[in-house]
Amino acid sequence: MSELTPGAVGGSAEGRDASRPQSHAEPEAIEAIRLRHPWRAVFAVVLLAIVALFIYDAAFNRPVYSWNVVAQYLFDVRMLSGIGYTLQLTVYSMAIAIVLGVSVAVMRLSPNPVFRSVAWVYLWIFRGTPVYVQLVFWGLVPVIYKTIDLGIPFTEAVVTLTTKDFLSYFLLAIIGLALNEAAYMAEIVRAGLLSVDKGQEEAATALGLGWWHSMSRVVLPQAMRVIIPPTGNEVISMLKTTSLVVAVPFTLDLYARSRDIAAVNYKPVPMLIVASIWYLLVTSILMVGQYYLERHFAKGVGARPDATKVSLETGTVRVPRSAASAQAKGNPPSGPSPEGGDAS
Amino acid sequence: MVKAEAVSKSFGSNEVLKSISLEVQRGEVLCLVGPSGSGKSTFLRCINHLETISAGRLWVDGELVGYRQQGDKIYELHPKEAAKQRRDIGMVFQRFNLFPHMTALENVMVAPMLLGKGGKAQLKTKAMELLARVGLADRHDYYPAHLSGGQQQRVAIARALAMEPKLMLFDEPTSALDPELVGEVLDVMKGLAESGMTMIVVTHEMGFAREVADTLVFMDGGVVVESGDPAEVLANPQRERTKAFLSKVL
Repeated sequence: MSELTPGAVGGSAEGRDASRPQSHAEPEAIEAIRLRHPWRAVFAVVLLAIVALFIYDAAFNRPVYSWNVVAQYLFDVRMLSGIGYTLQLTVYSMAIAIVLGVSVAVMRLSPNPVFRSVAWVYLWIFRGTPVYVQLVFWGLVPVIYKTIDLGIPFTEAVVTLTTKDFLSYFLLAIIGLALNEAAYMAEIVRAGLLSVDKGQEEAATALGLGWWHSMSRVVLPQAMRVIIPPTGNEVISMLKTTSLVVAVPFTLDLYARSRDIAAVNYKPVPMLIVASIWYLLVTSILMVGQYYLERHFAKGVGARPDATKVSLETGTVRVPRSAASAQAKGNPPSGPSPEGGDAS
Repeated sequence: MVKAEAVSKSFGSNEVLKSISLEVQRGEVLCLVGPSGSGKSTFLRCINHLETISAGRLWVDGELVGYRQQGDKIYELHPKEAAKQRRDIGMVFQRFNLFPHMTALENVMVAPMLLGKGGKAQLKTKAMELLARVGLADRHDYYPAHLSGGQQQRVAIARALAMEPKLMLFDEPTSALDPELVGEVLDVMKGLAESGMTMIVVTHEMGFAREVADTLVFMDGGVVVESGDPAEVLANPQRERTKAFLSKVL
């Protein structure tokens, strides 16, 4: 760049100098012809054509889609109540999973070997078996354990509870989903806790704070920034996993309801479309929510512009999201870039 | 205040501290100098039980660190008791380790608050006084990321002082700072020493050691090579190893 400047000023067109007499020091802006990508356009046109053909075909040549049936059942009361149950299953099981997941993660990192073992076994079982199988098992709990006897073992029970009385299939579905999800949440939380600089816990310890205080007041709050985005993913994933509760069997959620209706009207395909439309709509809303949540937690992370000096501490602990991604994309560092540019 | 008797520490087969013995009186300032890897930071971390010693005895204010002795049996302390011991010992780290999600004021207040050392209003007043003492009263609502390194380290000193420690440990408090910011931190430490605080300082700032320290200890390879009056040791080192080291840093 610096070699260009004298050439531009001394040797190039006089006319430019005359028209812009002030611009001696400034290098001329580059007005290059932009690189064309003709194949992108071709590709896009081909794709659009295929999509258009598919839509045309689906609309007019495939009676099995029965779009009128889709329209008829889209706002059916049973479908709407199905959405209600699906949302309830998602919210309740996710809430339990987050609380339980944090506990399991903290236990896994605790100095207490008993806690660590319990957490490990929990993860091993609930992450190591399919959620569908787990849900079937939960559905069998009232059959396997007909009553729960409280009292001293091998003596007459003091209290006897009939399992069926207090464990509905709805509750079992929530328990099944929550316990499975908690195993995944635990790993997300653990990753977040490990991302916090070791010096933080050390500083808390040196102040005389106990393990619990340093975890809950120092480490966990800092881990939240790492924990929140994948948790958003888990919520979306949970919404879709609720369609498996039919294994319990709980049959009032969105997917089960659409199958029930299909069994009566012999129109399975349009009912699947109705269910899909609702799932897509809710996940889209969740995605928007996740976007704002992530933006909120990324806020205030970067240093204020007038805090010029980036110290060791601020540099490592508070990397602004935008700067980190810019580096990841391979923006050249401020090193010897002119030489690098010439070589390539 | 601090008494070490043949303190040793190994990480696996690597012996980092080999039979360190020294004593620090109340109100005394001791500077630990030496090349990196000489074990001076490890020794400092043993004093507040961030590291466990493998052999020897270490007392702070007459109490065995991390252990309890009954007869000739030694019992490991419960983490809660160890935490209680640490409350009397303030520590300042090379890399500040301020809590980034709290303002300067919150950083200073958090430990006394969680440990129930007083009401919120009272602790806040005290924290503001401490921040004023380190010259940062006007920055009390700044987050660490918005403070310079020197300011962060001064907040860290205020945070340690908030627990009203009997002893302050400094682990290379100025090594992560830009040269022009070193002075402001050393000034705060100097003021602290003048107020009669017992201090153990691991440092490379020989000027500070000469001016403020009562005793200078030169460590290398996990042993105390030489110790004594700082002016004396710096001007007239007796051992070859000390001479070689000082000729490089002075």
